[in-house]
Amino acid sequence: MEPKERSSDKASQEMIACMAQAGQQNAWDRFDSQLPQCGFGKQGICCRICAMGPCRISKKSPLGVCGATADTIAARNLLRMIAAGAASHSDHGREVAHTFKMAAESENSDYMIKDELKLREVAARYGIKVEGRQTKEIACELADVALSEFGKQEGTLISTQVYPPPARQKVWQQLGVTPRSIDRDIVEIMHRTHMGVGSDYKNLMKQGIRASLSDGWGGSLIATELSDILFGAPWPIRFGTNLGVLDAKQVNIVVHGHEPTLSDIIVAVSQEPELVQMAKDKGAEGINLAGICCTANEILMRHGIPVAGNFLQQELAIMTGAVDVMLVDVQCIMPSLGSLSKCFHTKLITTSPKCKIDGAEHIEFHEDKALEIARQIISVAIDNYGNRKGKTSVPKTTERGIAGFTTENIFYNLGGRFRASYRPLNDNVINGRIRGAAGVVGCNNPKQVHDYGHLTLIKELIKNNVLVVSTGCSAIAAAKAGLMRPDAAAKYCGKGLQEVCETVGIPPVLHVGSCVDNSRILTILSNVVAEGGLGEDISQLPVAGAAPEWMSEKAVSIGMYFVASGVYTVISEPLPILGAPNLTRYLTEEIEQELGGKWAFECDPIKTAEMMLEHIENKRDALGINKKGERKLYDMADRRAISVE
Amino acid sequence: MSKIIASAAIRGAHKIAKQAEEILSKAIEQKGFDCPVEFPNTGYYLPIIYSMTGIPIKTLADFEQVTQEINNLLPPFVDDDLWLPYLGHTLDAGMATLFAEEIIEACKYLIGPNPVDDIWLGAADDVILRERGIQFVDGTAPGFAAIAGAAPDVETAVTIARKLQERRLYVFMSAHNNGTTFAEQLVEGGVQLGWETRLIPFGREITSAIYALGFASRAALSFGGVQPGDFRRNLLYNKNRIFAFVLALGEVTDEWYATAAGAINYGFPTIADSDIPEILPTGICTYEHVVSKIPHDNIVEKAIEVRGLKIKITEIPIPVKVSPAFEGERIRKEDMQCEFGGQKTPAFEWLRMREISEVEDGNVELIGPDIDSVEVGGQLPLGIVIEVAGRKMQPDFEPVLERLVHTFINEAQGIWHMGQRDMNWLRISKEAAKAGFKLEHVGKLLHAKYHDEYSSILDKVQVKIYTDLKQVEELRTQAQAVFAERDARLAGMQDEDVETFYSCLLCQSFAPNHICVVSPERPGLCGAYSWLDCRAAYEITPTGPNQPITKGNLINKTAGQWDKINSFIAKVSGGNVERMSQYSMIVDPMTSCGCFECISAVLPLTGGIMIVNREFSEMTPCGMKFSTLAGTVGGGQQTPGFIGHSKHYIGSKKFIAAEGGIVRIVWMPSALKEEMRDVLIQRANELGLEGEKFIDMIADETTATTEEEVMEFVTKVKHPAMALESMF
Repeated sequence: MEPKERSSDKASQEMIACMAQAGQQNAWDRFDSQLPQCGFGKQGICCRICAMGPCRISKKSPLGVCGATADTIAARNLLRMIAAGAASHSDHGREVAHTFKMAAESENSDYMIKDELKLREVAARYGIKVEGRQTKEIACELADVALSEFGKQEGTLISTQVYPPPARQKVWQQLGVTPRSIDRDIVEIMHRTHMGVGSDYKNLMKQGIRASLSDGWGGSLIATELSDILFGAPWPIRFGTNLGVLDAKQVNIVVHGHEPTLSDIIVAVSQEPELVQMAKDKGAEGINLAGICCTANEILMRHGIPVAGNFLQQELAIMTGAVDVMLVDVQCIMPSLGSLSKCFHTKLITTSPKCKIDGAEHIEFHEDKALEIARQIISVAIDNYGNRKGKTSVPKTTERGIAGFTTENIFYNLGGRFRASYRPLNDNVINGRIRGAAGVVGCNNPKQVHDYGHLTLIKELIKNNVLVVSTGCSAIAAAKAGLMRPDAAAKYCGKGLQEVCETVGIPPVLHVGSCVDNSRILTILSNVVAEGGLGEDISQLPVAGAAPEWMSEKAVSIGMYFVASGVYTVISEPLPILGAPNLTRYLTEEIEQELGGKWAFECDPIKTAEMMLEHIENKRDALGINKKGERKLYDMADRRAISVE
Repeated sequence: MSKIIASAAIRGAHKIAKQAEEILSKAIEQKGFDCPVEFPNTGYYLPIIYSMTGIPIKTLADFEQVTQEINNLLPPFVDDDLWLPYLGHTLDAGMATLFAEEIIEACKYLIGPNPVDDIWLGAADDVILRERGIQFVDGTAPGFAAIAGAAPDVETAVTIARKLQERRLYVFMSAHNNGTTFAEQLVEGGVQLGWETRLIPFGREITSAIYALGFASRAALSFGGVQPGDFRRNLLYNKNRIFAFVLALGEVTDEWYATAAGAINYGFPTIADSDIPEILPTGICTYEHVVSKIPHDNIVEKAIEVRGLKIKITEIPIPVKVSPAFEGERIRKEDMQCEFGGQKTPAFEWLRMREISEVEDGNVELIGPDIDSVEVGGQLPLGIVIEVAGRKMQPDFEPVLERLVHTFINEAQGIWHMGQRDMNWLRISKEAAKAGFKLEHVGKLLHAKYHDEYSSILDKVQVKIYTDLKQVEELRTQAQAVFAERDARLAGMQDEDVETFYSCLLCQSFAPNHICVVSPERPGLCGAYSWLDCRAAYEITPTGPNQPITKGNLINKTAGQWDKINSFIAKVSGGNVERMSQYSMIVDPMTSCGCFECISAVLPLTGGIMIVNREFSEMTPCGMKFSTLAGTVGGGQQTPGFIGHSKHYIGSKKFIAAEGGIVRIVWMPSALKEEMRDVLIQRANELGLEGEKFIDMIADETTATTEEEVMEFVTKVKHPAMALESMF
């Protein structure tokens, strides 16, 4: 297969060709070997939950041994995917919370509270007294409150009572899906999907919804908020991206995975003069740090560290022969890296006790010795520089862009210090310059041409004046294609969106972070509702979400919490439920009555865009903002009627 | 494209900040750190800095904090490639510019060139702020046009200015273009500048634009109850209440862009005649932020549309323009075609209520010769008799409506009016006469204005204008009898005679906790609203800001408290104020919005009180100037020992009756004492105090400037307040 049919990204095409030439296997090749994939698995109607099975549902045998229907089986499988996804994000959140607690409590921790303003804002939201208190005191209390959200046995998540619009909280209360505690809601999925517990697919789904909400508004949100406080809230920042950011003349360290705790420290020490001198002594010009996947996004957002690529580029990065160390923590790390790195001098270093890989060196990361371990890893990379075998083949392709948008800094970016607000955003949605907004997020998947789904969808949306916010590997795809350059507005956008982008000086695709930072999209939506003029609930907003190249269970949890937050969500590869007709109808149609959002499946990114645009226009109609009104002119009585705030 | 504007504004901000730094170090070098800094006779220190940061600039040394603030705000220059978001930065740069410009202008007052020079006026003092600022609050002035630069020629400048005046907008002028200024062009075009005509030349440089924006900030502080440092509220108050905009005429420099960016923070958009980039998306301003290349013949209309302003222009069938902006025009003798009254000829004006069948609506009659019958500069007698009828009309409204003759006639361009009743004085300019103005037009004007503003109580209005000497004299005698009768009725009207007082919530949208309770013996503290006015206003707009309040049962006779008034206050103030006294400044005193004419404050040592009026800008014996005192008293707070009130209330029998009345007065500015002389003497006589003697016992700024000096003075003259028991 031609590299062009595998990836739409030039640098990747180059490296895919390289791999083919060298006879190296990659994800695309292994995908081909897997074909045809299991039809029962695809449809979600294979049950391996008990030892009476495995059972597969067909016309001939419509029930499992226990009597479970296709709907029950598919719902249980889906729930377990949600549990895995929610667990991954939330465990990430927990790690951050532990590091945060250590930083707050310990006098000589390698971590410190970097953003006191955000600490105070978040603490106040969590009901912690902030006035007249020291940073340390507040941080310690916030750490305890945040950690207790994971395992508490009473009540509901604090964040779900203070972050979402009141109307949304009411919807959840009425349906009985307000999350209670992060771990509990995941555990309950495992219980409810055990053999012989629940079989009513709707009642099963309620727990899936609840656990997903405990991810988006709970674990992920905690990860985002505490990371911002600990490592500093992001601010618009320039960055370079694609494999071309690797520099053959420098020691290249690629961080890959998801968590910021180690990578942020690596950033802090990587340019220490002693280390740089060490590198120079070895003949390198310096130390070059780059990232892949969401660890990359974390340090990009806060420090502008270049991004070498997204999920499907992890193998390609090693293939350049210029990566001296690939440092991984957790999630989305292909096991294939172990054997692939063996073919090069590249050292694959695992750092989390949760993630060891055959063929990798393990240097376990401990937060209480963060600086020391970070320096050790960098030294390994420097030492390894001299071991490069033969010529490196780093593609020249790079692109630049702007990242670092957050729920909080949108206020400043739209009004400066004195008029900070979301008003210009809401105003321009209401007046139709911006038709609406879309979150385009998620992974890569060799079932689609790499990045093609993201880029085609995003370009279609911005052409139709829909502002796009993006996270994760989707954001990296957009950045590589130049869609995060501010001048992309003039090149790709409809007139209205272009005008707004040019007024604010932003690109039409806003990078809001890693995949736990999808919580930023939720809080942005809450702020848009609070700003006023676009209804009382997220479900009324002219917005939609999409994951056009998704593959991980985390994406299922993300999609579910967006749907449950009232957002229409279109994904490419259908959820593995199509063999369960009632469940499919429920999730793609009926659920909208209950939660305001629903799922849709569409592989064609142009069609996906059309579906999202139609939804956005329908929401605009319902809000009554599609009617072309006369400009309202104000006389004194009108002016008195507007409140000053 | 906005990037060009952002880049220019940020460059301009850096330049102006540098200028500020330079002039400041020069000022410090010449005058020293401790040199006091102020805009003369203004409150609120340097108002933009004070309202945005809360920093009260008192000396040159205080500027250090502000320069730090400017440096924090000044953003980096915008990159040509891969720029970072610049909207927030541009707005911050704009605010930094305004701070820097205030530093520059303040330093100019110290080391020159003096901002007040030739036609240039510099900062508006507090008296002007009160008189004029209130017009923005009550809607008399919908907003202002801040003009930067100059029109291409004098004629265009005059046309633009007239159009703005006609729309009742104030015109604040600064900066120059092509070697001239808009203000100088108006002077050349023979247009009268000044606060009276709403055409205000602030200064030749763009930095003087801060007098316009400072005025806006002060209006929010003074009338809006906005606290210093509460920048957000101040700016939103301006966005939503004061409909101002910038007209950029001529080449837009970096410094103009920077200043315009500052104005956008206030929600004031820029409308330019030149070909500059536009910023059309909305959000900071109500609609567009910058529109450009607007032809001069349409620029005023476009500006009003961009700002989102609705201005009603009533077409009145007379040959001159009508607008409150022409109210302050003077007509010099040389420019006069003809005059009436003014002690030179017999004259009067009289509004009377008739039966509906007796009035033919729109009928205007002239009885006697017209202005073309006398030579230029000549005189004629004049009687204006306005006969009105309406189902809701009441005899008590006659004086209220009659007083408006002054305002209505003055609004016509080229017609000047002064006085009232049989003390009136009218001049018609040569220019108006040339335009075809005749006496019947006075009638047509009055007919149109009464219908326009009072249609809810008036159904029919006819006007008879007499210039025949004999008839004028005869009718004047009749009118004088009516005036005397009215005075007697009004003078005798006591709070006890009525069952209903009126609320005045006119200012409540600006001072949310404040409610005026207007009774016959205690008019509104702004001096503009008497009990009768409120009653008329209620009849005119039943759902308006003046509502009748039934007094209910008297619960404290001395202090003047009634149960239903109290419960009304509690309800309307949202529980903030539970009780309010009509006659006491100690027990539950009435709150104030900020519009008061005078403040009374207890001078505890003396057992008496001082009264200071807004026009008095010097220090008072209580240790605070009027402007500082106003901050203590205003904003809807009850502050025992302090009240804001009208001048008229000083002459009321109920003036702090609970504390003993005017006998407590131990200090007033001499000018106020003079103004109130007759009333004070009469009141003192009524209280058995020997009026003439009592008034001399009141200290003023010539005899005492501190409380101790007042004490000495009153001890020496044996002021009767000394014998009274303590006020607390």
